[in-house]
Amino acid sequence: MKALRFERSVPKFALARITSARKPGSGAGVGPLVFDDDAPEPHAPGDGWVRVRPRLAGICGSDLATVDGRSSRYFEPIVSFPFVPGHEVVGNLDDGRRVVIEPVLGCVARGVVPVCPACAAGHLGRCERITFGHLKPGLQSGFCCETGGGWSTAMTAHVSQLHDVPADMTDEDAVMVEPTACAVHAALSAGPLGGTAVAVIGAGTLGLLTVAALAEFNRPDSLIVGAKHPAQRRFATTFGATAVAEPSALARAVRSATHSLAIGDGAIERLTGGADVVFDCVGSSDTIADALAMVRPGGRVVLVGMPATVKVDLTPLWHREVALVGAYAYGVEPLAAGRRTFDLAFELVRAHALGGLVSATYPLDQYVDAIAHAATAGRRDGVKIAFDLRNEKDHNR
Amino acid sequence: MTKSHKGARPGFVLEVDRSTPPTLFWHGEGFRLEKLPVGSRVIYAPEPLPALDDPRGAIRHALLNPIGESQPLPSLLFSGMRLTIAFDDISLPLPPMERPDIRQMVIEEVLELAAVAGVDDVEIIAALALHRRMTEDELRHAVGDRVYDAFAPSGKLYNHDAEDPDALTNLGQTKHGEDVIINKRAAESDLLIYVNINLVAMDGGWKSTATGLSGYQSLKSHHNVATMRNSKSFMDRHKSELHTSNWRMGKVIRDAGVKIFQIETTLNNEAFPEPFGFLQKREWEWSAKDRMSFLGSSKALDRTPTKIKRAIFQNIKAPHRMTSVQAGEVEAVHEVTTANVFKQQLVVVEGQTDVLTMGLPYICPYNVNSIMNPILVMCLGLGYFFNLYRNKPLVREGGVLIMSHPTPWEFHPVHHPSYIDFFEQVLSETTDPERIEKEFEQSFAEDEWYRHLYRTSYAYHGVHPFYMWYWGAHAMQHLGKVIIVGGDTKSVRRLGFTPASTLRDALEMAEDVVGRSPSITHIHNPPIFLSDVQ
Repeated sequence: MKALRFERSVPKFALARITSARKPGSGAGVGPLVFDDDAPEPHAPGDGWVRVRPRLAGICGSDLATVDGRSSRYFEPIVSFPFVPGHEVVGNLDDGRRVVIEPVLGCVARGVVPVCPACAAGHLGRCERITFGHLKPGLQSGFCCETGGGWSTAMTAHVSQLHDVPADMTDEDAVMVEPTACAVHAALSAGPLGGTAVAVIGAGTLGLLTVAALAEFNRPDSLIVGAKHPAQRRFATTFGATAVAEPSALARAVRSATHSLAIGDGAIERLTGGADVVFDCVGSSDTIADALAMVRPGGRVVLVGMPATVKVDLTPLWHREVALVGAYAYGVEPLAAGRRTFDLAFELVRAHALGGLVSATYPLDQYVDAIAHAATAGRRDGVKIAFDLRNEKDHNR
Repeated sequence: MTKSHKGARPGFVLEVDRSTPPTLFWHGEGFRLEKLPVGSRVIYAPEPLPALDDPRGAIRHALLNPIGESQPLPSLLFSGMRLTIAFDDISLPLPPMERPDIRQMVIEEVLELAAVAGVDDVEIIAALALHRRMTEDELRHAVGDRVYDAFAPSGKLYNHDAEDPDALTNLGQTKHGEDVIINKRAAESDLLIYVNINLVAMDGGWKSTATGLSGYQSLKSHHNVATMRNSKSFMDRHKSELHTSNWRMGKVIRDAGVKIFQIETTLNNEAFPEPFGFLQKREWEWSAKDRMSFLGSSKALDRTPTKIKRAIFQNIKAPHRMTSVQAGEVEAVHEVTTANVFKQQLVVVEGQTDVLTMGLPYICPYNVNSIMNPILVMCLGLGYFFNLYRNKPLVREGGVLIMSHPTPWEFHPVHHPSYIDFFEQVLSETTDPERIEKEFEQSFAEDEWYRHLYRTSYAYHGVHPFYMWYWGAHAMQHLGKVIIVGGDTKSVRRLGFTPASTLRDALEMAEDVVGRSPSITHIHNPPIFLSDVQ
């Protein structure tokens, strides 16, 4: 089969980190990611595992961080090398069913009995056993050496991970279900937001989907989004943002919407009041600092974008009693009567035809261009970049 | 510098022919030389009128020989009285004038008479309405060090605060339901003396007190889209709804018993000193020295960073000289003043034009010592220069206005904080003045942070960018298209206008609106002038 494989290579990882510091996305050409057009197919690791032939597989922010050598060392013990990336996947089973994969490798997929308390409660993303059971470590499909990942022509998935795709749903819509589920979970993780002012930092895929999820399922009074590029601004408005500002002007927009005062003589250093909740869909030192500067005292900052090692002054966190929390993956949503996040995501994808966010697709062997495009998608007026496996000629097929 | 002389030539309308040299366009902190099509008209201002030989003598004469139903100033002054002197703020004149400023000369003369009369209770107020507060340096420049040092340290010289409820008083309503709320100290004084610099015809009269010493509640009665659209133009009081409203307010002020002694002054149009004297000259009369100055300054400016260019230009002090001073009753004084402004500025122009071109300078009334942001570019072009007409606009209805200015996406955060948000949050939604007024004005006007910055820092009031936009409302309604040459494309588009790289491109674009071979007229400035369009 054909696959992109991420190998453990410290020098190549370092090289990718250095190269990508200058040119985001350039880690693909020099780093530990290699293209193999004759890779062995992954074997089913046990009962209940089936082969999936990916049709479309998205490139997400965490993938980019990995390829560019920017991901945290935190992940080292919870992934296993070499792995095939790709966790945003729509594919076919051998019987022809079209499925979307819910990639978290929790207790059920790992054969862990009894399941951990988090899995028992349906909070799959919080699974306590992602390095245990009959599988090698791997927080998700696409980070585990045994399961394979979507950036290939074949992978394996546990039946508990599969969601059937309705016949009338396009592949483009379907490949957006997994990132949409992340956004839905983030939007619902902050508690009820009716009557509140909410800010969203970042208008890449995750930011835009968070906007859509907030507007659809949590309905804050004000939903203010920082978006730089024209397509991002357009989508943010379509998805329900009440105001869209340049990222550099987001704090000003939040101040106006919340009637807050501000510290700074005309230029805003930080707000004295601010948004009730800020969703940081980037996760950098700067954006976390920005979030802390625009959240109200007693408010909440939700990290939706995957952070790495950051340097942030936490004084405002202490002084203003701000809660800084993460939002990872999915499971079930208490705020939506305990429904599965993926079910809600399917609804949202359908409501907004979110496949429209897929701006470009590439064949696997053009992965260097694909990764570079994904890293600069906003600037190129795009959003989601994906690999298109539908026409790949596979040696083993 | 063009020397004032008794034989000052009147304004002039040139018809461009093949031998006409390129025409100078202001372009922010720089210039462009443009070759206008043959047959275009270029309007030049009258030359500077002779200055008064003895300005202080003329001021004293005016104070002793008032116009209208007013007694000479000495007989209005008495021991134990409360005397308030209000004066025009930093927005006048443009550029700021060389020392001594006219305000200083007038205030010194007034204070001398007050001292003779034994008046002790004197307060001096910068009548800035919703403009930014003046800094100490700016106040010193306006009133002089002697007056500043005598009054400011004891809190007797200060900026009007339109957001201090304790410092305002409600004098009632006009018959049109307009609230007349003005500075309490001024209203409750035994005499209010207002010191004007009447740079253009719209300055002065009842607008001085009713606008300069008022606040948002009063101003919104006439600083609104409907009033601005019905002011045709601001420079013709009798056809200006803005002025009619102020005159109605003036009646309320007078009927409330506020005693006003109005002092108005006019300037000649000597606006730029050397080495920028060539700016005021007709191009075909440039001497070799003028050409050298132009080439030298243009080349130097091309190589100079914007910040430094801005500092260079903002440091220019105009060699304006006073051409008249009159004092006494408000309306009578203003009639004479306006006639004197017209003497310096009026140019008769035959007929309207399809396309009007203008170069916009680095300065307008609201960016002295500051940055000319895109909203101010709009206001200067569409609010001020477009309205520099009497009778009918220079450009016909449905015509095209072409302005030249870099229009940078840049704002002075201290001076213009609400402008930043207006540009980002309002103009990104709509450029329609009516919608802007209806949907956004109140929240900006009542915003606590802007209010705080206006009162304690040096920020224009939160509502001020709205007023700038309304100034342009008449022109926006009248024009078929607005094009900015050489402007930041993103900024120009945010304003709702069309960007063009060159004047030639702009003229081609204009033809899409007004047809082939349009009539073209260029307003040559500096200095400013008023077109009397026949």
